[in-house]
Amino acid sequence: MSLARPDALNITTKQKIALALGIVGLFILTLALFNVNFPNKGLFLTLALGLIVVGTILYSRDAYLNKLEGIKNDGQWFKSVSSRGIWGWILGVILTAFYIVLYFFAEYLGLGQGTDGSNTGLIRLFDPLSQLLSGRNASQWFVYGTLYTVAILAFGYKFILKYRHNRYQQLRTVSVMFFQLAFAFLIPEFMYRLNSGIPYYDLKNMWPLSYYNFEQYRIEGFLTTGNLGLIMLIFGVLSIFVISPILTYKYGKRWYCSWVCGCGGLAETVGDPFRHLSSKKQSAWKLERWLIHTVLVFSVIMTVAVVSSYLKAGGFWTGEEGNKRFIEYWLSNEAFLIGIGIFLTILFVGVMVFKRNELGKDAKYGAIGYFVVIAALVLLFYTGTTEEIFFIKSYKLKSAYGFYIGSIFSGVIGTGFYPILGSRAWCRFGCPMAGILGFQQRLFSKFRITTNGGQCISCGNCSNSCEMGIDVRHYAQKGENIVRSSCVGCGICSAVCPRGVLKLENDGMEGRINPTEVLLGNDVDLMKLVNQK
Amino acid sequence: MEHIVIIGNGISGVTLARHVRKLSDKKITIISAETDYFFSRTALMYVYMGHMKFEHTQPYENWFWDKNRIDLVKAYVKNVETKSKTLYFDNGGSLQYDKLIIATGSKPNKFGWPGQDLDGVMGMYHKQDLDNLEKYAPNNQVCKHAVIVGGGLIGIELAEMLNSRSIPVTFLVRESNFWNGVLPEGESGMISRHIKNHHIDLRLSSNLKEIKSDENGKVKSIIIEETGEEIACDVVGLTAGVSPNVDFLKDSDIELGRGVKVNRFLETNIQDVYAIGDCAEQHEAIGNRRPIEAVWYTGRMMGETLAQTLCGNRIEYKPGHWFNSAKFMDIEYQTYGWVFSERGKKDFEQHFHWRHDDDTKCITVAYNKNTNAFLGINTFGIRMRHETFDKWLTEKRDVDYVMHNLSEANFDPEFYSRFEKDILTAYKNQLQTA
Repeated sequence: MSLARPDALNITTKQKIALALGIVGLFILTLALFNVNFPNKGLFLTLALGLIVVGTILYSRDAYLNKLEGIKNDGQWFKSVSSRGIWGWILGVILTAFYIVLYFFAEYLGLGQGTDGSNTGLIRLFDPLSQLLSGRNASQWFVYGTLYTVAILAFGYKFILKYRHNRYQQLRTVSVMFFQLAFAFLIPEFMYRLNSGIPYYDLKNMWPLSYYNFEQYRIEGFLTTGNLGLIMLIFGVLSIFVISPILTYKYGKRWYCSWVCGCGGLAETVGDPFRHLSSKKQSAWKLERWLIHTVLVFSVIMTVAVVSSYLKAGGFWTGEEGNKRFIEYWLSNEAFLIGIGIFLTILFVGVMVFKRNELGKDAKYGAIGYFVVIAALVLLFYTGTTEEIFFIKSYKLKSAYGFYIGSIFSGVIGTGFYPILGSRAWCRFGCPMAGILGFQQRLFSKFRITTNGGQCISCGNCSNSCEMGIDVRHYAQKGENIVRSSCVGCGICSAVCPRGVLKLENDGMEGRINPTEVLLGNDVDLMKLVNQK
Repeated sequence: MEHIVIIGNGISGVTLARHVRKLSDKKITIISAETDYFFSRTALMYVYMGHMKFEHTQPYENWFWDKNRIDLVKAYVKNVETKSKTLYFDNGGSLQYDKLIIATGSKPNKFGWPGQDLDGVMGMYHKQDLDNLEKYAPNNQVCKHAVIVGGGLIGIELAEMLNSRSIPVTFLVRESNFWNGVLPEGESGMISRHIKNHHIDLRLSSNLKEIKSDENGKVKSIIIEETGEEIACDVVGLTAGVSPNVDFLKDSDIELGRGVKVNRFLETNIQDVYAIGDCAEQHEAIGNRRPIEAVWYTGRMMGETLAQTLCGNRIEYKPGHWFNSAKFMDIEYQTYGWVFSERGKKDFEQHFHWRHDDDTKCITVAYNKNTNAFLGINTFGIRMRHETFDKWLTEKRDVDYVMHNLSEANFDPEFYSRFEKDILTAYKNQLQTA
């Protein structure tokens, strides 16, 4: 197979030119990285980003617009970059290295390396744009955010062309492009300009995905910036406890994971050429369930512990020297811990009573998770101080979580390993937000992927293209609806199905999970006999 | 412990094995000469096109068989001796069975064309055909031109496959429009145009006269019967239908027609020998079905049914309402109930045909012009719900009901444009003019 490099994979002259433009754009960024001091930074930044975008657009137009509308996956398992070939590995290493530098060695990107602490290098190149938006110099996060947004926009355009016969794909791509550009990128920058006390807040990023949302400095920021700050704090709490459950009930977790979320947005656009690389093995599924729920439990405990540690102080001092005032929290540490305990207990008992059957064998694991959290609460109640939680300095716990989950897992592995593990490794194995939404999707949601009677031919296109590694075919070939907590509702399985078997739907809760052995189309009596068991 | 031996690891045999395992503790052995593990034959095309790798066409992971105590034997059965209940393999081995199930599927038709066994001439059915195609048509340097003979489902799939590697294709179709022995004219016309839009050289009403060889015994060109035209090519795909793969039974006591003759219980003339899937031939056709049904779904249904019989609940093979599906390049096709082509249509069968202006979507609804009973629907480019049509057919709905409630049956993804209103308007107009 490796010798037989099919000709159709060779790119056209136009595509070569487009590729060259994009590479020149990247090259300018690389030069800046190596401290080439461009004269007019604004111009060169525009040029670099512009070339990358134009290159991607031209390339995609030539790739898709000359062909009839339809599924465009020819050669995806032949191309080196999308089949873990040499180019795939090279790309993976470059991405991973970039993330490591970004998270841990921002000074190499030029952060504050100039005299008087100004930026140099790559970050300096982005200063003009940052000045334009928020009136301050760029940081490594601004550089990252800009590149991230540009990537989602350019590759989002490519994705829309690829699926130009499919309105569902187009709409949700426009949606993630919008949320990334507006909510993750522009609004927080503008907000900084309007009211510089409010911490950076990407409104669509809710706890526990933004695990830091309820940390002390943020709470203080919210509480000291008047009504707007307070509204945002309330919104932050409502979004995870009220808004998200309602939307997930109605539409499944896809409303977030593949229509709004930035991580999802990157996976669906830049990551699309790698979606088929996710492992569909049952062993990967087992690992996934342990890993993601462990992260979830960890993130709940971590957040509770951190909040508890500053609540113990009762409040905080704010204001200029000589004009200091003490702002009291409305919530005492004890009330907070007991409240969380009661909330989780009600949730746990409710699920065990009303959803025992859906949970099946997983009930045991749910119980383990619950008791771990409760034990942690008890421990916090009796041993926590303002400085120490679980007998460790609280900042150490925070930084451990930030390091292992926030940086290594979601960034370095989650995105850096796109060409190796597929595009949604973080969403699948790590994201605590996806864990919560998935739990709800499995138990309390109208969403499912409906299987069309007996039409499945077990071809495997659906499983192959599932970025979350769900073996979709396993269900489809049994005529069974797909109700899986990990499904992000991207809809690609339905798109690639050559027999029109799969449809994403929001329908009643009744008969949502429908295991069958004999499929529609056979002897009616036999179907009854076998399927009723 | 009773030993169930299944020859053939396709969808029929594997479905049977799975269900027997669910119902019993019997010893199960599946024999195949083709591959180690069950794979989806219909997905072979996607391997050549690079959408998937071969292992992705395997619906079960390799540990599945061990875990479910289904023994897999890779061997070719040369002889079946029913008196001693023994199978003889071509490698000299043999195997005893208590119950034997023949599920050997089909093989591509060859109609005695001169040159049909040359190198570079192949069907597109077995895993070996895929390997062969990869050998003779890895790219458009090695294979500068390919000719496909026979305009059925496999033919158009092969055309799509070669197209994905930019290999120019000439497609010889005997009929005057693609697959119009099965499809009504409006549909087969649309598909013919779609094939041409993919830059495939579609030759209608054209037959193969002979395949010419180069000096190394490899295909060099073909000659068209009607025009005498010679077309140079490196690969010839023979896709003029399939027939039961039962030659190895010729010397056995098992009764053969074109396939293995079975009754409604899928039993052959020999006690404890059964046949299911493509290779089974009903003594009498069931309803409008053909005596031999070479379709994925019917193979699966026979497997589901026979498992009951083998496990002590002897029941007839009773397929429900006919359904099928396929994909013609970019256009999906589904059918529920019976819609016949002009050639196969009965006197009372009337059609309503609607086609979208973009020439990639259409439906044909068949009904009884005397009673108005709904008979079936062909749908192209619009997905429809199997369950809904199955229900309507069971309830014996009339065509008016179906046309007015068509939106209930829609199975297209969310946010897709809907055409039920246009269709209904066209339907009403047709009634007025008729």
